[in-house]
Amino acid sequence: MRELKFKPKSKLREFLGEKFIAVNAMVALIAILLIFVFIFKEALPVFTDPEVQEEASVGKMLFKQEYYEGRDPKFSWQPNSEVPKFSLYPLFLGTIKAALIAMLVAIPLGVGSAIYSSEFAGRRTREIIKPAIEMLAAIPSVVLGFFALMILATFLQDTFGLLFRLNAINAGIALGLAVVPIIFTVAEDAMTSVPRELRDAAIALGANPWQVSITMVLPAAMPGIAAGIVLGFGRAVGETMIVLMASGNAAIVSGSFVESIRTFSATIAAELAEVVFGDTHYTVLFFIGSLLFIFTFIINLAGDMILDRLKHRLQGKTR
Amino acid sequence: MKKILILCAALAVLGAVAIAGSTITIKGSDTLVRLGQRWAEVYMQHNKDVVIQVSGGGSGTGIAALLNGATDVCEASRDMKEKEYKLAAEKGIEPYRVSVALDGIAVYLHETNPVKELTFAQLKGIYTGAITNWTELGGPDARIIVYGRENNSGTYAFFKEHVLDEEDYTEYTQTLPGTAAVVNAVSKDPNGIGYGGIAWATGVKDAAIKKTDDDEAVLPTMESVSNGTYPISRDLYWFFSGNPEGELKKLVNWALSEEGQKVAQEMDYVPLSKEKAAENMVD
Repeated sequence: MRELKFKPKSKLREFLGEKFIAVNAMVALIAILLIFVFIFKEALPVFTDPEVQEEASVGKMLFKQEYYEGRDPKFSWQPNSEVPKFSLYPLFLGTIKAALIAMLVAIPLGVGSAIYSSEFAGRRTREIIKPAIEMLAAIPSVVLGFFALMILATFLQDTFGLLFRLNAINAGIALGLAVVPIIFTVAEDAMTSVPRELRDAAIALGANPWQVSITMVLPAAMPGIAAGIVLGFGRAVGETMIVLMASGNAAIVSGSFVESIRTFSATIAAELAEVVFGDTHYTVLFFIGSLLFIFTFIINLAGDMILDRLKHRLQGKTR
Repeated sequence: MKKILILCAALAVLGAVAIAGSTITIKGSDTLVRLGQRWAEVYMQHNKDVVIQVSGGGSGTGIAALLNGATDVCEASRDMKEKEYKLAAEKGIEPYRVSVALDGIAVYLHETNPVKELTFAQLKGIYTGAITNWTELGGPDARIIVYGRENNSGTYAFFKEHVLDEEDYTEYTQTLPGTAAVVNAVSKDPNGIGYGGIAWATGVKDAAIKKTDDDEAVLPTMESVSNGTYPISRDLYWFFSGNPEGELKKLVNWALSEEGQKVAQEMDYVPLSKEKAAENMVD
């Protein structure tokens, strides 16, 4: 009788092994849950503690406040002041400005290179382009931030004669570089997973490579590209180090893109380390953290759902 | 039985050593914590039987700890407030204050900027946003680009208190992490102005500062801060509850000695003048 290759050894060992792996898988989930609970717990006084609400109720964070009698009401972020001011609007504006510029930079670069890499590049070129773009994701954001702070800012100021060296455009471009690989990877993945049969059918009908990719592959992969853009936007909003270094960190309320900005994430990074445990400022920073957490959570969920739907569609299944 | 006796003896010896080798805790100002740590290291090298623990947390935290009896030495970058003195009196503590080093803030300008001197009123105007163009200060017709420090830094608070009279910084203040970043930004910006530690100005120039128009403008140097002529400077204090005695007295007098003050200078603080240091020693 031939010996079996796999002998049933110890049931217990297998059982334990499986459970061990399962626990590992659960750790990430538990970590997210715990982080969620912790951050929200620290932000809770915004809703419950009258002492905190006196300076920073939700209304005070959202709307214009008259901080000094007789002066015009305004939005202001001045947490360390005789009259602490916790308006989130300047920070929101800064975050959106930076993310907007980042997307303007990253969408054409990311989607364009994804189309080129998956449809037109020869195998050799592709083998260089793909890892090169994905390498962008491996550059530590502090290095990108330093690059923007020292080199990009000077270049932009000299070229366009900008008043403020560190501004929304400078930070946005550097942020865009960090977002490109996310959009590229997801979009490229979506396009290469468009089934061969679809391409072959189009070619059989006489389409040239350009027609195949633009009229056939691109629409089929569109949800994947959209998902890449959504995920990239999440990164642009959450990214901290680049904006902290390259944006000037001035909480200005204006529509101008050539003025300095202060983002949510950079505010937390800059201020949390020295804040008095448990006071209003501390609570508000955690409240901002909660907002960022919820926002990126929804963004990531949306991105995943779009990708999931795409997979089903490309496999010819309907839901 | 014999074993137990030996053990007891050993424990007793250990206990005696532990009592003889005293532990000193130092707590407070984040401005001073680096210096406190360095002083502790050097002092412990000389005095092997002393253990010194240094921690930060801010001047307010340190003072609270002193009043609660949770620390032997409180480091503070400001005097105690009236409220804190009152609280101390309630607790029957007589705070003993020693100035152990000095700290000054320089104002940086771009090397090409024709403006050389600034008054407190002008600085306040610039940093609160009332003055926005260099022409108002005798410079070129250009917008003033204002650089400052993050709102958690001691330098931010000191400048706000001393120069801005606690008014808010203009929202156009670009906040940067660290003096080096401020110096770098101003060096690249012909219309920039920034503030930070003294003796940092490379690639930028220091502005001479005068309190009022009638005063003589003074450049920030170790000497001008040390002799008190430079106006944006402050004492850094150690507080004790009651007159320091024994090991505490030895420690503070050592910090004020030539050797201790040299350590301060090496750590980029401004040492006290020799006379002032001698005057401050505890006897």
